[in-house]
Amino acid sequence: MSLVDIIMIAVGALLIILAFLALNTKSLIKSVILLSSVSMLSVVGYVLMKAPDVALTEAVIGSGLVTALFVFTLLSLTKKEESK
Amino acid sequence: MKNFLALVLVLLLSAGIIITLQNNDLFPVFGEAQVVNRVSDHYITKGSTQPIIWGETTDAEDGAANIVTSIVVNYRSFDTLGEVTVLFVSAMGVALLLSSGRTSKRLALNFKPNFMLRVGSRALFGIILMTGVYIILHGHLTPGGGFPGGVMIASSVLLLYLADDEFRSKIKGFKVLEGVAGSLYVIVVLLGLILATYFLQNFLPTGTVGDLFSAGILPIVYILIGLKVGSEISGLIDNFLTEEEAA
Repeated sequence: MSLVDIIMIAVGALLIILAFLALNTKSLIKSVILLSSVSMLSVVGYVLMKAPDVALTEAVIGSGLVTALFVFTLLSLTKKEESK
Repeated sequence: MKNFLALVLVLLLSAGIIITLQNNDLFPVFGEAQVVNRVSDHYITKGSTQPIIWGETTDAEDGAANIVTSIVVNYRSFDTLGEVTVLFVSAMGVALLLSSGRTSKRLALNFKPNFMLRVGSRALFGIILMTGVYIILHGHLTPGGGFPGGVMIASSVLLLYLADDEFRSKIKGFKVLEGVAGSLYVIVVLLGLILATYFLQNFLPTGTVGDLFSAGILPIVYILIGLKVGSEISGLIDNFLTEEEAA
């Protein structure tokens, strides 16, 4: 078993754990951050599987744009709740 | 109990996926597939019997050094046209749901951007924008292309939104740019039908593999896709960050 294999298994295990935590966390903002870290780790996975194009897209969209949009949506949601 | 059932379901499904993808006729072991019998071999050799060498091969069937680009924008360009349409429809759906028309104002964030955030975002804006443009322009040479590059441009716009409380992008200009870039893409692929024989055909000379000016219409199409995606997602961000003015 080479070093790359060991890293792959570690990344895969972490991905499953983080995805499970993202689904089961009570706080929504923590859930969004965990989702972002899932994307970031899957970028490592894609690079190890020699797919740099997919990794680039995932890095930009998954951990950049989607996280930002989720955070802004959450901010506006809490604002509405406070004003009620 | 519910969690346990979900876990069992996930394990069963993953076992099913692993068993179906393991070494049968359709899915051989990684690296042992007979690519000669498949169409993907044609995409890699670009239809020639000579090996493709960076900076030496000229006038190949497809001049892109990045195989992914040569498939996405040349051999399977029709799929990309569909993908652009899907993105357009979803952006339109967001605009229909969220944009309120005449009286919209910036969503007030409940934190004031401090000095570091303002200056840092302004400094990063240029770097991210230039990286996006670089990725779009070099889409046929290095990993990346129109879609990630366009989203990078949109992220730089998002940074400006973060840095400035009052910032509104010129949303009308983005709408015009998006429409023009999308129409130009269709016009470029229609030119293939007029100047050559079929829809989406690469009618320009493909040049030397690895040159910036190579691969015929691929860079042109990727620039148009990048402009379209960038303006589309910038508009989407603006839709998310505005709200109806309280009457």
